[in-house]
Amino acid sequence: MEQEVTLMKGNEAIAHAAVRYGVDGYFGYPITPQSEILETLEELMPWDTTGMVVLQAESEVAAINMVYGGAATGKACMTSSSSPGISLKQEGISYIAAGELPALIVNCMRGGPGLGTIQPSQADYFQATKGGGHGDYHLIVLAPASVQEMADFVGLGFDLAFKYRTPVMMLADGIVGQMMEKVVLPPFRPRLTDEEIAEQRPWAVTGRPATRRPNIMTTLELDPCLMEKHNLHLQETYDLIKANEVRYEEYYTDDCDYLIVAFGCVARICLKAVEEARAQGIKVGLLRPVTLWPFPAEAVGRLSSRVKGMLVAELNTGQMIEDVLLSLDERIPVHHFGRLGGIVMDPDEVLVALKEKFSL
Amino acid sequence: MTPQDIRRPENIVAAKPRLLNDNTMHYCPGCSHGVVHKLVAEVIEEMGAGHIAIGVAPVGCAVMAYNYLDIDWIEAAHGRAPAIATAVKRLNPSRLVFTYQGDGDLAAIGTAETIHAANRGENIAIIFINNGIYGMTGGQMAPTTLEGMVTATTPYGRRVELNGYPLNITDLATRLEGTCYVTRQSVHTAAAVRKTRKAIRQAFENSMNGLGTSIVEIVSTCSSGWKMTPVEANKWMEENMFEKYPLGELKNTVKK
Repeated sequence: MEQEVTLMKGNEAIAHAAVRYGVDGYFGYPITPQSEILETLEELMPWDTTGMVVLQAESEVAAINMVYGGAATGKACMTSSSSPGISLKQEGISYIAAGELPALIVNCMRGGPGLGTIQPSQADYFQATKGGGHGDYHLIVLAPASVQEMADFVGLGFDLAFKYRTPVMMLADGIVGQMMEKVVLPPFRPRLTDEEIAEQRPWAVTGRPATRRPNIMTTLELDPCLMEKHNLHLQETYDLIKANEVRYEEYYTDDCDYLIVAFGCVARICLKAVEEARAQGIKVGLLRPVTLWPFPAEAVGRLSSRVKGMLVAELNTGQMIEDVLLSLDERIPVHHFGRLGGIVMDPDEVLVALKEKFSL
Repeated sequence: MTPQDIRRPENIVAAKPRLLNDNTMHYCPGCSHGVVHKLVAEVIEEMGAGHIAIGVAPVGCAVMAYNYLDIDWIEAAHGRAPAIATAVKRLNPSRLVFTYQGDGDLAAIGTAETIHAANRGENIAIIFINNGIYGMTGGQMAPTTLEGMVTATTPYGRRVELNGYPLNITDLATRLEGTCYVTRQSVHTAAAVRKTRKAIRQAFENSMNGLGTSIVEIVSTCSSGWKMTPVEANKWMEENMFEKYPLGELKNTVKK
């Protein structure tokens, strides 16, 4: 069967993919550069077709708590925002993680700190991968680099969220959100019925039938012994995720002397720099983490014993580089190159930085 | 009439509702929460709605309401219960969805969620316990604390020039087009308890009938926070709280 190729923005692709995946609820609040997700959903009117609920909340705080409530009833719920709005959602995300609720949160990052800019950035890497809210928890963090991945990671995100009962963050940025590319949208799937939810998600707060005890979604436990147990249980889930769900891509790493590590849109910019370097006779490879958490530590470790040095290129002052340094098997030189505050690097400056840092 | 006769089911006028379980309540002696919990349980049972009821508990003294009523519950972050209830009801329209919140939760940190859920006319019922104080954290000033009232954070009494005025959020809610039923009750006498039960029933029926948001404020005592005996607290409430928060039906757009 021939696949239908359409041209659209990354943000629009997320909205279409959400309806097609059979998402039950989207709760959002406008903020640049991701407002097209809510706008597209309102235009699509999925409540008339799939029955999906779409609601513009009074704040990011309300939106994430709507996701928490909806997810507690066993429904597939998501929200999206951009950096300052994601900061506001952190309390709710912590509750969702503590409650072991599946949910998808999209962060279309912009430059910060503070109100910052509305241009692309990757400065929320720490916030996304190290917890963000209070307490010991992790999110599965997916970093899309194309409009196609913006569409594909909606389904992947929910599949992982329900498999491990954990919130998943899609850590995109203003470029992948705003740029238009060709995309093949996923096929339509029906939403689960209430009966299917009750059967497949016995933990869901659905109203208590006479056949079971009450289902209570709470993140409060005043007994520290029980709270420690709950923490250990969460860590067991995270260990499983670390063992099974690391995703990354390698380019030109078979024979490379130097390795660039980059994620999201920057990985695509760096691939251009790698090709240009090779044309000049410098053997450079690229490692692109697709999951930022769990981080592809083994791949970095393996490659560290084969290359002379690594350049970590990010739209921030050096965040992912810390995970790269922690993952090294061999103590090789690792340098950072970043542009900040909404400025996007170009392939030439990546190549210049590589040559300068390694005196090539 | 023997005691056995008196205990026959047809002679019982008040009993512990089946949905109220035997867990020992953590509430202080004289606290209104216990009575209101019982009323909520009674009304759900009367309506035969135990299997479709979903409660949203607050942060505050009622944080563990889920320990006492044998229905499904979601425990909210502080103030966020109306947002949570919004999503629960919209995604599960056949369910009876209600929040149970205190004054700090509903009228301070959760003001935005309360006002906007009510303004959207979400088909939920809000049970609002107003005792003018933060009970759980040890008796600090609430938005509803009366002028001059001594609390842990207003040790010399609430002064409006420092702390602003007591917030009458229920009056405010009557002005929102999304609310269909707003009432202020109490549970200090047997008659008041009966009225409150009726109000809760009305609110729950409204939400099942899709008529909009219903708010049942229950002016309550907090003997521990007020540092009074239960009897003194009831008297103080009648003499002081009812002046600022008069009891009665504030809004009812539902045709009888």
